[in-house]
Amino acid sequence: MEIKAFQAVYTEIKALTKATCTLKAKGITYDELAWVDGRNAQVIKIDGELVTLQVFSGTEGIGTAAKVVFAGKPPSLALSQALGGRYFNAFGEAIDGLSQPQGREVSIKGRTVNPVRRQLPSEMLSTGIAGIDLNNTLVTGQKIPFFADPDQPFNRILAEVALRADSDRIILGAMGISHDDYIMFRNSFKERGASDKIVSFVNTSEDPPLERLLIPDQATATAEYFAYEKKEKVLVLLSDMTLYADALAIVSNKMDQIPSKDAMPGSLYSDLARIYEKAVQFPEGGSITIIAVTTLNDGDITHAIPDNTGYITEGQLYLKRDTETGLTIIDPFRSLSRLKQNVIGTKTRADHPQLMNALVRLYADASEARSKQENGFDLNDFDERSLAFASDYVRELLDVDLNLETEAMLDIGWDLLARHFKAFELGIKQEFMDKYWPGEKD
Amino acid sequence: MAEVIKIRNKRAYAQLFEMSTSLKLDDEVSFSGELLEVDLGPGILSKNFDGLQNDLEAMEGTFIETGQKNVSIDKTAVYTFTPLQEVGASLQAGEWLGEVPENWIDHKIMVPFKLKGHYELVKIVEAGDYKVSDEIAQLKGADGQIVSVSMIQKWPVKWALKSYREKFRPSKIFQTGLRVMDTLNPMAEGGTGYIPGAFGTGKTVLQQAIAKNNQADMVILVACGERANEVVEIFHTFPQLVDLKTGRKLKEKTTIICNTSNMPVAAREASVYVGMTLAEYYRNMGLKVLLLADSTSRWAQALREMSNRMEELPGTDAFPVELPAVIANFYGRAGAVALHNDSRGSITFLGTVSPAGGNFKEPVTESTAKVARCFYALSQKRADAKRYPAIDPINSYSRYLDYEEFQAETEEMLGEDWIDKVKKMKDLLQRGIEARDQISILGDDSVPLDYHLDFWRSELLDFAIIQQDSFDDVDMNSPLERQQSMLNLALKLCAQENELDDFNAVSTHYKKLINTFKQLNYSAFKQEDYKKYTQELEEFSQN
Repeated sequence: MEIKAFQAVYTEIKALTKATCTLKAKGITYDELAWVDGRNAQVIKIDGELVTLQVFSGTEGIGTAAKVVFAGKPPSLALSQALGGRYFNAFGEAIDGLSQPQGREVSIKGRTVNPVRRQLPSEMLSTGIAGIDLNNTLVTGQKIPFFADPDQPFNRILAEVALRADSDRIILGAMGISHDDYIMFRNSFKERGASDKIVSFVNTSEDPPLERLLIPDQATATAEYFAYEKKEKVLVLLSDMTLYADALAIVSNKMDQIPSKDAMPGSLYSDLARIYEKAVQFPEGGSITIIAVTTLNDGDITHAIPDNTGYITEGQLYLKRDTETGLTIIDPFRSLSRLKQNVIGTKTRADHPQLMNALVRLYADASEARSKQENGFDLNDFDERSLAFASDYVRELLDVDLNLETEAMLDIGWDLLARHFKAFELGIKQEFMDKYWPGEKD
Repeated sequence: MAEVIKIRNKRAYAQLFEMSTSLKLDDEVSFSGELLEVDLGPGILSKNFDGLQNDLEAMEGTFIETGQKNVSIDKTAVYTFTPLQEVGASLQAGEWLGEVPENWIDHKIMVPFKLKGHYELVKIVEAGDYKVSDEIAQLKGADGQIVSVSMIQKWPVKWALKSYREKFRPSKIFQTGLRVMDTLNPMAEGGTGYIPGAFGTGKTVLQQAIAKNNQADMVILVACGERANEVVEIFHTFPQLVDLKTGRKLKEKTTIICNTSNMPVAAREASVYVGMTLAEYYRNMGLKVLLLADSTSRWAQALREMSNRMEELPGTDAFPVELPAVIANFYGRAGAVALHNDSRGSITFLGTVSPAGGNFKEPVTESTAKVARCFYALSQKRADAKRYPAIDPINSYSRYLDYEEFQAETEEMLGEDWIDKVKKMKDLLQRGIEARDQISILGDDSVPLDYHLDFWRSELLDFAIIQQDSFDDVDMNSPLERQQSMLNLALKLCAQENELDDFNAVSTHYKKLINTFKQLNYSAFKQEDYKKYTQELEEFSQN
């Protein structure tokens, strides 16, 4: 912090709680930043002349005579090309030992894009992963989370997806991730020669949890600068949004709000939507794509955090360990990309939608056959074939460690169908059967 | 912009429709003296409004700036007015004074809805071009007071617009082009329905399919607290798609009220009321209006956030206690009406509900169930199996099927045993579920062959009739005549006696039937391919 000569310093704190302090002050605006004995704080309530501040790192050790200085502005960020390749904390302060970049200062809250000025997202973002490109195709301007249990390698896969996808800029918003994963991100960006196109805002598990409330805004404000002003294709990674929501719950609890489901604030949906809706395709070419991580408790998607997220995002990608092969896959059943309709069959080969659906449907038949098997029933010929198909489908297509071209995925798909099934078992439109079916006609 | 939500002693509590960042003590506040009102007049059709009826296209810049206030209707636009009344006529609120062309609709200019009792028409302009704000008539009240009337008038959104003679029970099928609705659980003109479903079950795709394929004169789409990109898709596709009813562009009969999830929460509540009020206005012109709201849960959440801030004692799940009453009142505003001049108009209302965790036992779903007459349950299981539309055919219902007047009109259109056929189909589907349960408990070999037949018949009905590809140009819309032909064919196939030896033969037989039926579904009605596949299926049944 820096105290300028003409700034008022308040020294009389009226009330202190674990996370807030209240004092008398004039001319204060809502959401403005402040410092309490040098600790970062933000205005969260103004009632007459009484101003309540939320102290991000807690109020332990702060006395009633603490010095309070107001910044006179809400959290902001200095925008310039110099942000490229840099690492910052939640307040936008450099943590990579380099100097603080200068630039045009803007509030990180940002503005709403007029919906009629948005462009329909319809440019495919390929990742080489069949669970995404084939089954749940992503497009630029989309927002989608990975739903993953805490024991899954979601941050590694997130980094992999980011590095494989074609983008001009990657913005990492890390919230409460482990320091080890932070190093992993940094190293893999460096190893793959992507250091310069990264901008990172990092709050690890050792930082105060409330600070991470600023991370998504920092990340999306930066993204908006590169996407709107510089017309870049920007990819924003947010991990882990569950820990962000937990921090929201702490604040609302401290402010005596009535919690709704799962002790989450009633405004959770709007709070999350404000962040995710920053994903946009601008007509002038730039775009913001958001790929987030929402960790689940034991796969429970009815919990308020994944539930609200699912209603906001354009689909979700479930990470799952395939029990039979032990490989990590993106679950073909519950995963969904809502915007895939904008590209599949038009930007990709025409047989894509029907082939993909047939593969998933037959994979579902296999899982029914498996439960039949587990219940001790005899399997019929079709069951046997669908089980064999399922195993090949996972090994040759779904495994997240494979890196395939989309066309190749489609060819493999037809090959798998011909290997295990007869034409009439597919229900695929005749024109595609005529063109692509490698098997016998009947 | 803000709305007063509480007054205590000498303090007024206002709720902002925009973000409060950077507001400070001693900022100036001014009161308008009006309730939240909409402008009603020509120039509403095919517009994109925000939740407070600001014309989004008229706003400048890529971003919406705080405090930006825009026009709703262009008051300087010129329309060609044709009078429908003569001086001396005794008129009451809602009666038609004249009309102007708006896209393809004869937009009626009506006696202001706020007027009470009868008025004498003392002046009306001749046919010709006038600005929206020009005076086109003068009315004289019983007290001798003269009221000047232009093409535009205002109405508070929270009040139902009741300037019609009577409301009657819906009796006519409202065609959506979706077989699982029209055939199985039909919606009625002037009816109400709701679509609850967890995320990913296809609520929005379903609503958009209905928005594209319906037979309404006008569609009002309220995107309430949902994703911006979904609205963007409508912005981009509707100007190109052709409306099946009018043959003109779909955009010409569609008005969009758009308050996406990143737009101010408080305006979400306003957006559904704005949508309903505009629908009521067009209904009063004798039009068939379809109102779609996606999603009513976001509106309920906005009510919750508001009640929470006012520190009211909460009801279930922290929702305000008056929620059921608010929802009931809102659904009650839909309906089919007869106007003072005997013309008929209707508002058919379909709302989606997004229940938390996909659990239908939550306040919004439960409150809606009490008032909506049709229920289209989206099933997670069907969605997971990619069986779209994922409407559960058994759990869903349409109360209109029980209305005698509805039965009579439907049978007149589709044949006198139609209702029985629909029951037959539901029966077969139910038996299929039971057979499936038995097979999965006892195993393929241990159940009689009839069980397999029952199961596969229901699969045939599922794949042939219920499932429908919203992304296929042909399959996305089935007119009633086609639905009639398809149901007849499918029931015929189900009724046939086969000489099949074992369950493997049964499944192979039906899989072939299903495959052929799917090809039929992708073929244009009555065209060569359609006839070819119909014949193939008929031959199957003779074997």
